[in-house]
Amino acid sequence: MTTLFTFHGGIHPPGNKAQSTAHPIAPAPLPQELVIPLRQHAGEPAKPLVQIGERVLKGQLIGAPVGGFSAAIHAPTSGTISAIALKQVAHPSALPELCVVLAVDGREEWAARDPVDYRALSGAELQAHLRAHGIVGLGGAAFPSDMKLRHAIPVETLILNGAECEPYISCDDMLMRERADEIVRGVEILRHALEARAVLIGIEDNKPEAIAAMQQAVQVSGLPFEVVAIPTLYPSGSAKQLIKILTGLEVPSGKLPTDIGVQCFNVGTACAIKRACDDGEPLLSRIVTVTGNVAHPRNYEALVGTRFAELVQLSKALPDTDRYLMGGPMMGLELPAADVPLVKASNCVIAASDALFPPKPAPLPCIRCTRCAQVCPAELQPQDLYWFAQSNNFGKAQEWNLFDCIECGACAYVCPSSIPLVHYYRYAKSEIRARDQEKRAADQARERHEFHQLRIEREKQEKADRLAQKERENAAKAAAAPSAPAASVDDTQQMRIDAAIERAKAQTIAAQPKNTDHLTREQQAEIAAIEARRANLHKLAADAGADDEPPKQH
Amino acid sequence: MLSSPFIARPLAVNQIMLRVLLALLPGIALYVWFFGPAILVSITVASLTALATEAAMLKLRHRPLKPFLSDNSALLTAWLLALSVPPLAPWWLVVVGTAFAIAVAKQLYGGLGNNPFNPAMIGYAVLIISFPHEMTHWLSPQALGAVHLPFAEQMVYFFRGVLPSGLTLDAVTMSTPLDTLKTQLHLGHSVGEIRELPIYGRLAGQGTEMIALGFAAGGLYLLFTRIISWHLPLVFLATLFGMAGIFHLVDPAHYVAPLFHWFSGAAMIGAFFILTDPISSPTTAKGKILFAAGAGILTYLIRVFGGFPDGVAFATILMNMCVPIIDAYTQPAVFGQKEGRK
Repeated sequence: MTTLFTFHGGIHPPGNKAQSTAHPIAPAPLPQELVIPLRQHAGEPAKPLVQIGERVLKGQLIGAPVGGFSAAIHAPTSGTISAIALKQVAHPSALPELCVVLAVDGREEWAARDPVDYRALSGAELQAHLRAHGIVGLGGAAFPSDMKLRHAIPVETLILNGAECEPYISCDDMLMRERADEIVRGVEILRHALEARAVLIGIEDNKPEAIAAMQQAVQVSGLPFEVVAIPTLYPSGSAKQLIKILTGLEVPSGKLPTDIGVQCFNVGTACAIKRACDDGEPLLSRIVTVTGNVAHPRNYEALVGTRFAELVQLSKALPDTDRYLMGGPMMGLELPAADVPLVKASNCVIAASDALFPPKPAPLPCIRCTRCAQVCPAELQPQDLYWFAQSNNFGKAQEWNLFDCIECGACAYVCPSSIPLVHYYRYAKSEIRARDQEKRAADQARERHEFHQLRIEREKQEKADRLAQKERENAAKAAAAPSAPAASVDDTQQMRIDAAIERAKAQTIAAQPKNTDHLTREQQAEIAAIEARRANLHKLAADAGADDEPPKQH
Repeated sequence: MLSSPFIARPLAVNQIMLRVLLALLPGIALYVWFFGPAILVSITVASLTALATEAAMLKLRHRPLKPFLSDNSALLTAWLLALSVPPLAPWWLVVVGTAFAIAVAKQLYGGLGNNPFNPAMIGYAVLIISFPHEMTHWLSPQALGAVHLPFAEQMVYFFRGVLPSGLTLDAVTMSTPLDTLKTQLHLGHSVGEIRELPIYGRLAGQGTEMIALGFAAGGLYLLFTRIISWHLPLVFLATLFGMAGIFHLVDPAHYVAPLFHWFSGAAMIGAFFILTDPISSPTTAKGKILFAAGAGILTYLIRVFGGFPDGVAFATILMNMCVPIIDAYTQPAVFGQKEGRK
């Protein structure tokens, strides 16, 4: 029996999961049209590989990963590409992303599948296989899974995250109940790839059916995995908190779990990995909970690219529904429109109304009661961070470890003054990133300018030197005794240039923004995403004919 | 469109304040039992003054009235101040104190959440400095008073400043048990002799010791319902006990026993209701311990060696000043940063 540990704080929001677990997972009917964003994951968007009018088969690669931090996108079913255009997607910024629109032909014709025997593959080969099959984390962050298999030090413990601590969401619960054997098989692939010694499958104890199913599947497989029931406490499903519960280890701030010999995968991801290896199927669909203000809440297996509006129709949204949330009520986001498409990260859609989620009262001033600090799983001082964020004192906010905030929302849940605390932290984080980026751009511009000055100086100097040289040569010729000190002149010149470059470098280093240099890959990904969006905006502005502000440099 | 979380289940500010008000009721009930209903009149006058001042200041500051008048914080300030002013004092005393507390100590600093000092204690400090005479004539317990002033006559004095003919204020009032102790010690009496005086009971003053018990009971309710954390009240009481204990052990004839300090003056109401004001106290656990220990030491020193009848108010105000620096230096390690932290 594994000894369990506790993390600081946490809350007990009403689970609201039973509504959607009364019925088994139902396959969502094939939609007429799919809208497939080329960025459904953390990292770079995939590069479209198809043309408008092209016919594609189910499982055919339509978007290739770009660079190391990206994921492949596949056609979720057979049909014809009808458009490749910017479309609204499920993102809080409501900025459009490049999407491939697929007119579904209903024939479900498969492209060639390539099952592999994972035992015959090297680590790198398995990573390449997962990358080619578009496998990303299905727990919410959609981090490319192949990247999580790369690690510097041996992984002692593999942790499977079946905590599913967010209220309303039950997709992992239902998946574990119905496909435990596939999950266990996927876990074995992951264990093999990571060469992990111990495997712990953590499930919150409010899911007894899932725990029983997983225990049964582990027993049948004969594998030495341990299914651990953990106390229900939000946010136990956050990777760092789950690792703490199961191992007692704290992932150091700014580091990755692999740095302490632990790796963590969502149970849904394990199932997708099993299908990628054993069945050769890319990640084309996922289980999604449709719940909230609907007549028939339940879980569906839906193709990536299915519009949320169609999914909600299956469960019959009640008439007073006026908005939709993707994800849970603690960390989810309000959809900019109901017709944005399901992506790989979409674990849940909640039909919302004022009756279900009453609007919060107007915030009062903070009374420093520290209820937020008492529930903060990152052990931050949210009341101080709020104070710094609202006064734009970003340096202090960083000093008070703003970037360790996991945005779980426990602080705002308990705040007696109803202050939207997480909103302030998101604002502060994005401001800090934007400023860092501006600073970096300014630094680059200054560097270029300085180098330009340096070159002009050097050319001037060289010209003068050449003239002096010529004069000396003339003089020498006249004296008929040539002794050119050219080499030494060049040396001092070079030294001067080197010194100037050194100075410029030192200045650049001194002007580097602090606190952003030891970011985790997730944070870097987020920054990259923001930068990409900014660049996109610039491009859009330029395209619109606004030539007063040309895009900076590329 | 605000971002997540979309659900919340807080104990709202007005509910927290209401529970603190409720927790004062046992103490107030015992107050009425031992000293008559006059205190209810001063609480009412203080409450009305507080709400009126708060409304006027909010109006002047162009702030919405409803959310702030209904947050119950002004009422709490009013009740705490009324409980620290003698009930048989002219009506304007409690009005001046409450108005100053709300207008200057709270609203001029920015209102709810922004006052660096406990407003009630600032109000008390202003009164004790400005009107020491009025502030030191306390009603005698009903069972004790050689001359008992009926409630109606008390009200005549409260509102019109007139006592029945032939009576002086000194005849119907007394100084507090703490004050009496100090005066008698100055006169050369020993603690043992002084404690024989009729105004003293088992633990401290007759009646007042029971009121302190009432406040302690209310405080325990706040502690067990997690409205307040244990750090401030327990550390404060422990420090006060420790200070008094050391002095008492060394010289019991001159220094009264620690329990006397616990159950006299504002020690209990201070421990559970005044120091625990979250706005003017530290936020970190370590900080709370430092703050409460400092307040305990200062309270004892002011009581025993200072010139004022009690030390809780000034100790609170002095420690309030230190809160920003205490908070800055007691930041706990965050998740994942516990190793290698100085």
